[in-house]
Amino acid sequence: MATLNANIPSGPLAQKWTRHRNESRLISPANKRKYKIIVVGAGLAGASASAALAELGYEVHNFVYHDSPRRAHSVAAQGGINAAKNYQNDGDSVWRLFYDTLRGGDFRAREANVYRLAEVSVQIIDHCVALGVPFAREYGGLLDNRSFGGAQVSRTFYARGQTGQQLLLAAYSALCRMIAAGQVKSYTHTEMLDLVVVDGHAKGIIARDLRTGRITRHNADAVVLATGGYANVFYLSTNALHSNATAIWRAYKRGACFANPCFTQIHPTCIPVSGEYQSKLTLMSESLRNDGRIWVPKRPEDCSKHPHDIPESDRDYYLERMYPAYGNLCPRDIASRAAKKVCDEGRGVGPGGRGVYLDFSDAIRRLGLAKVQERYGNLFDMYREITGEDAYQVPMRIYPAVHYTMGGLWVDYNLMSNLPGLFVIGEANFSDHGANRLGASALMQGLADGFFILPLTIGNYLATVHPSQRPSTDHAAFAAAEADVTQRLNQLLHCRGKRTPTEFHRELGRLMWDHCGMSRNRAGLQSALRQIAELRDRFWHEVNVPGESTCLNQALEKAHRVADFLELAELMCLDALHREESCGGHFREEHQLPDGEAKRDDERFAYVAAWEYAGPDRSPVLNKEPLVYEEVRMTTRSYK
Amino acid sequence: MKVTLKVWRQKDAQSPGRFVTYVTPELNPNMSFLEMLDVVNEDLIRRGEEPIAFDHDCREGICGTCSLVINGKPHGPHRGVTTCQTYLRSFKDGDTIVVEPFRARAFPVIRDLIVDRSALDRIMWAGGFISVRTGSAPEANSLPVPKDVAERAMDAAQCIGCGACVAACKNASAMLFVAAKISHLGLLPQGQPERWRRARAMIEQMDREGFGACTVTGSCEAVCPKGISLEFIARMNRDYAVALLKGDSPVRAAAAL
Ligand SMILES: Cc1cc2nc3c(=O)[nH]c(=O)nc-3n(C[C@H](O)[C@H](O)[C@H](O)COP(=O)(O)OP(=O)(O)OC[C@H]3O[C@@H](n4cnc5c(N)ncnc54)[C@H](O)[C@@H]3O)c2cc1C
Ligand code: SF4
Ligand code: FES
Repeated sequence: MATLNANIPSGPLAQKWTRHRNESRLISPANKRKYKIIVVGAGLAGASASAALAELGYEVHNFVYHDSPRRAHSVAAQGGINAAKNYQNDGDSVWRLFYDTLRGGDFRAREANVYRLAEVSVQIIDHCVALGVPFAREYGGLLDNRSFGGAQVSRTFYARGQTGQQLLLAAYSALCRMIAAGQVKSYTHTEMLDLVVVDGHAKGIIARDLRTGRITRHNADAVVLATGGYANVFYLSTNALHSNATAIWRAYKRGACFANPCFTQIHPTCIPVSGEYQSKLTLMSESLRNDGRIWVPKRPEDCSKHPHDIPESDRDYYLERMYPAYGNLCPRDIASRAAKKVCDEGRGVGPGGRGVYLDFSDAIRRLGLAKVQERYGNLFDMYREITGEDAYQVPMRIYPAVHYTMGGLWVDYNLMSNLPGLFVIGEANFSDHGANRLGASALMQGLADGFFILPLTIGNYLATVHPSQRPSTDHAAFAAAEADVTQRLNQLLHCRGKRTPTEFHRELGRLMWDHCGMSRNRAGLQSALRQIAELRDRFWHEVNVPGESTCLNQALEKAHRVADFLELAELMCLDALHREESCGGHFREEHQLPDGEAKRDDERFAYVAAWEYAGPDRSPVLNKEPLVYEEVRMTTRSYK
Repeated sequence: MKVTLKVWRQKDAQSPGRFVTYVTPELNPNMSFLEMLDVVNEDLIRRGEEPIAFDHDCREGICGTCSLVINGKPHGPHRGVTTCQTYLRSFKDGDTIVVEPFRARAFPVIRDLIVDRSALDRIMWAGGFISVRTGSAPEANSLPVPKDVAERAMDAAQCIGCGACVAACKNASAMLFVAAKISHLGLLPQGQPERWRRARAMIEQMDREGFGACTVTGSCEAVCPKGISLEFIARMNRDYAVALLKGDSPVRAAAAL
């Protein structure tokens, strides 16, 4: 069994981080230079961590499979980033941001980590403004805010509908500065395919140059994974097409525990699926819920009518009806499930009856067209591009889609996994969002981890190891890991079956969406487990990967990622099956209240499920980290 | 609908390339252009042939990864969108569509339709940043930025670094890309201390990378998916002139760490 010590500092919640900073081990500037750190990923988390570590003097090696660090999936975030600045004087505070985030996560996140996140949030905005992020401003020249789901204050900072892009460009620019200074070596188009563990410590990676196919070994004193989420296990999601789970999955198979893998976020406002050929789903930012009103016809027979022909009295603004306190701004898991419910009742609109209206006519009347255009223009443009419809004239049609994964590798308060020397930050770890993430909090977490937390906490590990003892890449563990990688790639190339990697991916996605998606039940999960095992078996016999491994080969890249998804999917279903409660995005049909709301079971499930790999033909071991709340009482979430 | 594709295929930078013709299976006009290539590729893989290599990731017009010159136009027939936001409804049943990589001396072909755009990153290293150490920033609202200035900076900051401007330019100049970055940072009060040095360092790196000169024909602006305005080039030229007059050393700002 793995030992999971969360290393939460003692003392009152509000003083834990300060105390931890005061007590963390420091490394002298002269010694920092001798330490070499690998950072995989250059999204908000990886780029900010690489820059900040380099500024401190560490030698940083940054890896991305993208052709440039600036293209990480963080670039696609639209809506905004939360911070407890209370610029609106509406009663916000670090405590409130902390509490909203913890409650939004349905009390399945670690209390101390979330509090720290809220605390650090204010520094992020300061730093990003200094780096040149052109955040939206008011006429007086000060920063503007908008509201987001799950909160009754306005604390979200934004840059048109391109907040993620602007924050990523800022983190990337900080990274560029450190590359120029020779403190960071940047490897682009280079994919980590395995983690190297020496004597129980993470000491390097095996990577493949995607242009030449060359496999290389890289050693380090510590390895940081900032490789993003795994929502693409569902095939269709709002993530970029290349987002994948390989880095964290390989780390899991080398001994890092995978925490709460089944906690997936289904986002309520995405453009509905239009056909079999569909390669991804497009998110319409949650910020739209600020001014748009969601409705479906009251009667199924009205669904085929033009929305303008359905009078007010025949519309059901179901979120406003069911959750009057939060209305259209209730958290994502709740809004998504409500959409599924009304569509299951036969009241969905659009092709296949899988859609609900998001209507801006009231907002246009109230604010004027110009204001709506200023706030959401690019989102309306995007909607028109994709659907050919003008949402200023007719309501948008939206439907939930897989968007984010709260689960990820287990980490302690230092953001280190149970494998010493392996740090995990950003969406790739599990710690801050519990069973459901609130909008505008992933960008916050990525930058908090990368700029402000990891650069300090990593010292606690580095102080215990000496750079002169860093294993060389000739070490047997490197050779063995490289051999594994080569063998896997060759096996894929030699199957020469008849089906494409994408066909398997699509089939896996459908399975996961049906059985491990917005609502789950025992029979469905058990059947999914059987079907996944069978699909994986077929994959290794029937997949076709043309070409060689010694040059750019996108089919090979894809096949390798799908192979890992086929394993991870099983762990997700296992986790969903074992968690006999409903919480946040994890809704078990067997566990609901009479009104259909989630029924959490704090007595049995107030813990983090940290799964440990036990070998190829053995079930993984379940480790539990109890969620001990020192200052907050777990209550039933109510947004009514 | 069905279309005929003439696609540039090239094994690597050293090998010669050529056009190969493919007749697509039945397509749906609501497909995106890249989804059409997916369908063609799926067919190729099933037949054991190597799929057409092309760049893409977000498929929603923001990461700047997708490229392609479609019927002679970078990012296809429409203004203000990327290739991944181009849909088949913009083409007619039976059309022949020519698909090529972004061509420029500074963008060598890696394979088929994928080119190496790392020169753009190296321009960024030369000075595309504001030098602030993590932890040293002042309170965010301590320095008001007039709304119109912030909006103007945002107009420039929207550049997605795709390189279409380079591909469209007969001189393969990267002026629009560089101007966008220089203007984004140079407009904001936070970017003032390094303004002149940044302009000079980035422009000189651009020249070193083998991009051509700007003759203001405006084809870059016409293909730019983010509508980056030529006015930013004029602004950059002024900044560059001032930088030369000031005689600030273009030494990388970072060297002064
Ligand atoms: C459409 C969309 C909109 C969103 N909007 C918001 C929002 O408004 N507010 C908000 O807070 N959050 C939002 N989110 C969530 C948020 O964007 C992400 O959770 C966050 O950006 C993840 O950042 P990251 O740094 O952890 O990972 P990513 O940005 O995904 O970066 C991953 C990095 O890892 C690299 N990588 C991965 N695997 C490997 C490997 N094996 N080898 C080498 N490199 C590897 C990649 O190249 C990349 O650089 C949104 C998400 C989506 C999908
Ligand atoms: S200026 Fe426009 S065309 Fe050029 S790189 Fe930027 S977004 Fe692309
Ligand atoms: S694929 Fe990201 S911009 Fe086209």
